[in-house]
Amino acid sequence: MLDPGPNQFVRLDGLKRYFDVSPPWLVRALEGRPRQIVQAVDGIDIEIAKGETFSLVGESGCGKSTVARLVVGLYPPTAGSIEFDGNDMGKRRSGAETAALRRRMQMIFQDPYASLNPRWRVFDIIAEPIRAFGLAQGKADLEQRVGDLLRQVRLTPADGRKYPHEFSGGQRQRISIARALASEPEFLVCDEPTSALDVSVQAQILNLMVDLQKRLRLTYLFISHNLAVVYHISTRVGVMYLGRLVEVAPTETLFRRPKHPYTRMLLDAIPDLQMSGRPRTPVAGEVPNPLAPPPGCAFHPRCPHANLRCRTEVPQLRAHDKTLVACHAVEEGRLLLH
Amino acid sequence: MAAPSNNPPLLEVKNLRVEFPTRRGTLLAVDDVSFDIAPGEVLGVVGESGAGKSLTGNAIIGLLEPPGRIAAGEIRLEGRRIDTLPYEEMRKVRGARIGAIFQDPLTSLNPLYSIGRQLVETIQTHLPLSTAEARKRALDLLKEVGIPAAESRIDHYPHQFSGGMRQRDVIALALCAEPRLIVADEPTTALDVSIQAQIIALLKRLCREHSTAVMLVTHDMGVIAETADRVAVMYAGRIAEIGPVHDVVKNARHPYTKGLMGSIPSLGVRHDKLAQIDGAMPRLTEIPPGCAFNPRCGLRGQRCLSERPDLMQAGASRAACWLHDRGGVGEPIPSDGAKELADA
Repeated sequence: MLDPGPNQFVRLDGLKRYFDVSPPWLVRALEGRPRQIVQAVDGIDIEIAKGETFSLVGESGCGKSTVARLVVGLYPPTAGSIEFDGNDMGKRRSGAETAALRRRMQMIFQDPYASLNPRWRVFDIIAEPIRAFGLAQGKADLEQRVGDLLRQVRLTPADGRKYPHEFSGGQRQRISIARALASEPEFLVCDEPTSALDVSVQAQILNLMVDLQKRLRLTYLFISHNLAVVYHISTRVGVMYLGRLVEVAPTETLFRRPKHPYTRMLLDAIPDLQMSGRPRTPVAGEVPNPLAPPPGCAFHPRCPHANLRCRTEVPQLRAHDKTLVACHAVEEGRLLLH
Repeated sequence: MAAPSNNPPLLEVKNLRVEFPTRRGTLLAVDDVSFDIAPGEVLGVVGESGAGKSLTGNAIIGLLEPPGRIAAGEIRLEGRRIDTLPYEEMRKVRGARIGAIFQDPLTSLNPLYSIGRQLVETIQTHLPLSTAEARKRALDLLKEVGIPAAESRIDHYPHQFSGGMRQRDVIALALCAEPRLIVADEPTTALDVSIQAQIIALLKRLCREHSTAVMLVTHDMGVIAETADRVAVMYAGRIAEIGPVHDVVKNARHPYTKGLMGSIPSLGVRHDKLAQIDGAMPRLTEIPPGCAFNPRCGLRGQRCLSERPDLMQAGASRAACWLHDRGGVGEPIPSDGAKELADA
């Protein structure tokens, strides 16, 4: 649907992932209940250029973490394809070829308390990807690499002897980043990497990530619900609502001239730290139940601009200046754009 | 909006000290904390995890988890001392005079009882009403907190409500007996931003209409900036700075508050780098002598290493920092936050 750019590094094309959340077979048979399917990700097209930070924002349950997991292959997609540097990830390959591709993408998880094995020393945690991909020549090289990685995230080689519980949340997230960097990846998928951290520590981690990106020419897919963090770190931003992208735009454009009513609502809902006295527009309604998404545009029950067409026809992403937006009101010019 | 200062305070906390006896010695989690809240005032208490903000709130509502205990100081509500009350007496104060709202609305509600039944039970515990009258009041409360179709929703169970609606139920529960003070511990942290705005607006409106005072404990400076009249910034168990919200947000006096404000990414201005405070808050076992913030402070002097600052006047606020003392910080020493981080 979108123009295939020449230097697109990661490409998601019509990506879908459905989950079967039906009650057990016997319960269904006895109570005559149908199967229940959640359309967690329902047709997403994203292109990420090399060296950029593409962020996905949205409220809980919008499917942004599912996209992250699909991209790194933790879930197989229900439909659609993921292309990484020109390689279709869904294609059958030999184990060695798959490993060679997988080495180039890594993931950083939200909870640094759950993502590090408490029984392993930090050295072994960081050495695991190096060993798995056979990157080190001998023991001395392995030690050298782990030491360098620890230094890169502002820890010391001596920290390798410790266990995860000896570190604070921010330091643990540094260890996760060191582990993700161990296989010398080019593409990092970061699923809410700072939302479990305190703000002052969050600033340290964000600064570190920006720094590493410049130094190692990394490409990030950054998942977050925090719009201020996204504004700070991203090149381009995609806004998700109930499994679909509603707006994709370069960061400045999205935050200065949001087009989709949902994006505007999200921006209006951010607490005002500048204390300008700007009234926060409380948004009516809540995210609908993903088991029974509304027909037409999923946002229409909360949208002040919804009409009959919005209630029946699903809007598609269309280019509008530098922005891609899925909204009938924008397309028809019913919405006053600034 | 700002509370009149000549009224006697609703809540007075004086030199509060909360300790945790452990095998390795006694941990001082809240150390010499004093503040008060006027009727109808919203006091924001902000700080990073482990700063002691939630423990201060729990000490006030009398729900410190053992082995935590109040080791010194006093807490007075409407002039009456409440920290020494026996458990049964405190139970009557809690709910009737002080309402509590916690972070996770699902764990604050009993999953086995309908919302209506929980409300009626709470109302009847504190007010002499018949079941029919209590149910009527419960219904009014649900309407007041903005539950749509309250007549039918009153008989629903917590799992049938969404996160935002559950938090509204919890607020209704806290309001049952018209308390004078509500202790709200991270009331919006578990919620999405769009819902968060609704809950904050609701809390503000209710406090105005009932002139209920609120102690709002949160780590989110944005929520504080929007809601609070005054704010107390806590660090390592002590208050680092306390003052009118506008002064603290716009013109922070304590280096920690300044660093904290700088590290929050903001919309509008994009910087290459966020201001960052190196290092992390010390563990309770390793609080340095002198000012607890000194290892991370760029402005520290010899005096900060040995003498512990108390709150002192700094503009319209009060800050626990020698920079605002006539004696100053003494011989300046460069911060070694970066080095300590590397050693950690």
